[in-house]
Amino acid sequence: MMNNKTTIYGIFDDEEILLSSVKEIRSNDINIKEVYSPFPIHGLDTALGLKETRLGIASFIYGCIGLLFAAVLINYIMIWNWPQNIGGKPNWTFYHNMPAFVPIMFECTVMFAAHLMSITYLIRCGLYPGAESDSPDERTTDDKFLMELEVSGDTNRIKDLLSKTGASEINQKDS
Amino acid sequence: MQKEAEIRDPLILGNKSYHDITKDVSLPVEGKANKYWWILFSLSAALMLWGFACMAYTIGTGIGVWGNNNTVGWAWDITNFVWWIGIGHAGTLISAVLLLFRQKWRMSINRSAEAMTIFGVAQAALFPLIHMGRPWLAYYVFPIPNQFGSLWVNFNSPLLWDVFAISTYFSVSVVFWYIGLIPDFAMIRDRMSTKISPMRKKLYSLLSFGWSGKSKHWQRFELVSLVLAGLATPLVFSVHSIVSMDFATSVIPGWHTTIFPPYFVLGALFSGFAMVETLLIIMRKVVNLESYITIKHIEYMNVIILLTGSLVGTAYITELFMSWYSGVEFEQYAFINRATGPYWWAYAIMMTCNVLTPQLYWIGAIRKSFVWTFILSIFVNIGMWFERFVIIVTSLHRDYLPSSWTMYSPTFVDIGIFLGTIGFFFTLFLLYSRTFPVIAQAELKTILKSSGSEYKNK
Repeated sequence: MMNNKTTIYGIFDDEEILLSSVKEIRSNDINIKEVYSPFPIHGLDTALGLKETRLGIASFIYGCIGLLFAAVLINYIMIWNWPQNIGGKPNWTFYHNMPAFVPIMFECTVMFAAHLMSITYLIRCGLYPGAESDSPDERTTDDKFLMELEVSGDTNRIKDLLSKTGASEINQKDS
Repeated sequence: MQKEAEIRDPLILGNKSYHDITKDVSLPVEGKANKYWWILFSLSAALMLWGFACMAYTIGTGIGVWGNNNTVGWAWDITNFVWWIGIGHAGTLISAVLLLFRQKWRMSINRSAEAMTIFGVAQAALFPLIHMGRPWLAYYVFPIPNQFGSLWVNFNSPLLWDVFAISTYFSVSVVFWYIGLIPDFAMIRDRMSTKISPMRKKLYSLLSFGWSGKSKHWQRFELVSLVLAGLATPLVFSVHSIVSMDFATSVIPGWHTTIFPPYFVLGALFSGFAMVETLLIIMRKVVNLESYITIKHIEYMNVIILLTGSLVGTAYITELFMSWYSGVEFEQYAFINRATGPYWWAYAIMMTCNVLTPQLYWIGAIRKSFVWTFILSIFVNIGMWFERFVIIVTSLHRDYLPSSWTMYSPTFVDIGIFLGTIGFFFTLFLLYSRTFPVIAQAELKTILKSSGSEYKNK
């Protein structure tokens, strides 16, 4: 007997048809493995039941680290290691000299928040120079929307559901 | 799907489908360059090489080959620096601020505007570097532990703030640009055939980082874009504020004013939008993007130019008033000298190109004309260069001590380096227009149904 795991690809021409199909299929308690699309589709993440991304929180934490880094660096250089009298600005405590340090503390906050968040995003998505695309169909970066489902056993019910909800093309791959 | 009022003009003209957008955006990358491209490219590259030669001469001989003197210690170098940085600001405004305001018209132009930002800031960064005289010691501007004991940079100085501001601005702009480019590089990669162009397929495959358009990736992509826009917005305002503080924190008459940060930021947006227009009006023709960069986009930008131009004009008048109202003799003379002294013509060019000619945009027919917009955008570019020249040179050449009053005139090296950066900028932009997806096609596809002319008429 052949392996009963089958991957089914439903290809759609329009994002609204795809979205309603996703909702229909999920309401039938069928698990959708992945959706590939050429552009972000509004409401698809909630329709697929994806959790909210925490990158925003990560970015906030990175920004705080940047702010702290700048404060520690400036405090070491300007207050602790070699205080200098520049235009009579108070230089014996960080607190008194801080107004002049605000611009650089701000820039470091932005620099850390933006770069570390972008790096985290690339790592979490597995994107790096040399990575290969794992999209099953090259047309998904052009104008096609692809729904990938993994089925064990009877595939006909899902194929019927896909074509009923508007898939323009249905392919399958046995593994 | 988002709905949009029917009376709003479409932002994508013609009977376009998603596939048409893909084709139109890939066409300049896949096709061969036409004659005009080669002509423009040769001219820009020649200017660039001449600029490099002048830079080499400067570094080999010394800053003495410039027109700067003891009194006018800053001249064309920092004028060009501020001009180029200012030009960059429009790109960030379009990609970040307009994203936060959910302006759909930014979609067709943000990629090129951001490219302009990055190439403009790269030109700007050249000037402080050359002016150091010994550019190989450029790392001195960073707080790096060194063998000279406690030799640190001064965190009280606006020049150091500038180092941090510009490096953050440049690197964050590059990241923001690249995050958006990944899905579009993937689109080009997937269109390239392994048989016909294997090398190019490999290259775009490397550039696209293995992007495949998964739903989770898109969800993260949207959040990352939003957060980067939120970070870039205060960043762009901080950058030109800090550039203005290079002047405002000194005690030179005409520089020592608190109006400088907002005035510089507005001037930067004003000149940046003018440069975006200059570039896009040419580009939409050369790479056939007339359906995507429409007169509506140009009109929106003209409205911003009208607004920022009027605000800049208000700032000029406020400065005049404040110098009179201050009661400080030196301050008053600085402004009388600007308007009526030996550099009166520079002041007149500045006033005409920045305050008077943009007012023509009140007239609808001018605001909605490509030809007029192109001409007026060049006026703004010239006017904003002269604004910086007026602020810098006329303030320095006659300040407190009449015995050190002098005149400044550029040498061929000053002119050569400035023209060289213009050539360098256009060379980069022309190369970009042939190798990069010049429209953020993935984002543009999201507004096709709400703002495409065919869908709107349905």
